[in-house]
Amino acid sequence: MTSSLPPPARTAAGGRSFRIIGVVLLALLGFALAVSVRTNRGPAGLATARQEDLVRILDDLDSRAGRLRSQVSDLQQSRDRLTGAQGNQAALDESRQRAAQLGVLAGTLPAQGPGIVLTIDDPRQQVRADVLVDTIQELRDAGAEVIDLSGVRLGVDSYVVDRGSGLQVDGKTLTTPYRFTALGDPATMAQALKIPGGIVDSVAERPGAKASITSSTHLEVRSLRPLPTHKYARSAPS
Amino acid sequence: MIAAFALLAGLVGGLFLHPTAPGWLEPYLPIAVVAALDAVFGAVRARFEGIFDDKVFVVSFVSNVLVAALVVYLGDNLGVGGQLSTAVVVVLGIRIFSNAAAIRRRLFRA
Repeated sequence: MTSSLPPPARTAAGGRSFRIIGVVLLALLGFALAVSVRTNRGPAGLATARQEDLVRILDDLDSRAGRLRSQVSDLQQSRDRLTGAQGNQAALDESRQRAAQLGVLAGTLPAQGPGIVLTIDDPRQQVRADVLVDTIQELRDAGAEVIDLSGVRLGVDSYVVDRGSGLQVDGKTLTTPYRFTALGDPATMAQALKIPGGIVDSVAERPGAKASITSSTHLEVRSLRPLPTHKYARSAPS
Repeated sequence: MIAAFALLAGLVGGLFLHPTAPGWLEPYLPIAVVAALDAVFGAVRARFEGIFDDKVFVVSFVSNVLVAALVVYLGDNLGVGGQLSTAVVVVLGIRIFSNAAAIRRRLFRA
């Protein structure tokens, strides 16, 4: 355009300054070219990405992170389940041990250990229920943990009554000789029964009756009590 | 000759100084470079046709760069930045190719 109307003086003066500017611009272009090429080769080119691309990338990353997070929580859950199995095993063992102890205590499991056998021979049926109850009480005082009376496992709700035909324990009629098997410390229990005025003496007062004690380091009680079912009492949280 | 040296000097300076473009400029720098290249190719063509003018070159260079950057900036703000920058690059690319074709015709008569 300007070349079509060339006033010589103006062209010379204006042309020079424009030429300088043009050269500077070209140098600037080279510089910018190098800069943008370098920037483009930079890490992932995120710095030059435009806003909507960045938003899209961010969305992608967000959804990916969400997926990975849910995977992480899944895996953590299964890991906890697997490591918890060992803890469960320990708890199971403890529960079994506790159940065994309670079963011995309640009479629902057979038991064995040191103890004594007390035999009360009474052919004339002179020994009444109160003697047997006293005997049970004495054995418990002496630390008997398991007591069996002629094949009946004694528990917390055991009873001994006089019937016309003889003695009954927990509904079962007894025949002489009455035979107590008590697990506990043999010496303590024997001593408790033999003290003057104790069970052995009071049995011996009855005509024809006789009590004898045998200590043993290993006795077995295989008689069982039925598991009591409670009608009213329920276990309360401890 | 001087122009070619200036371009080369700028390139070398850019390569050896390891500059980084400021953040606000980074999205527009490539577009501006393409627009400036269009102006340079136009200037080379004008030189071969004997109608080159420094003032025209400077004005077209600056206005090309500014308009390209402005269009892309506008597109970014309108939410069509990606498409508009593509459009600018396509248009400038076509112009560069037609200028290059004219230069080729002048140089090789083919």
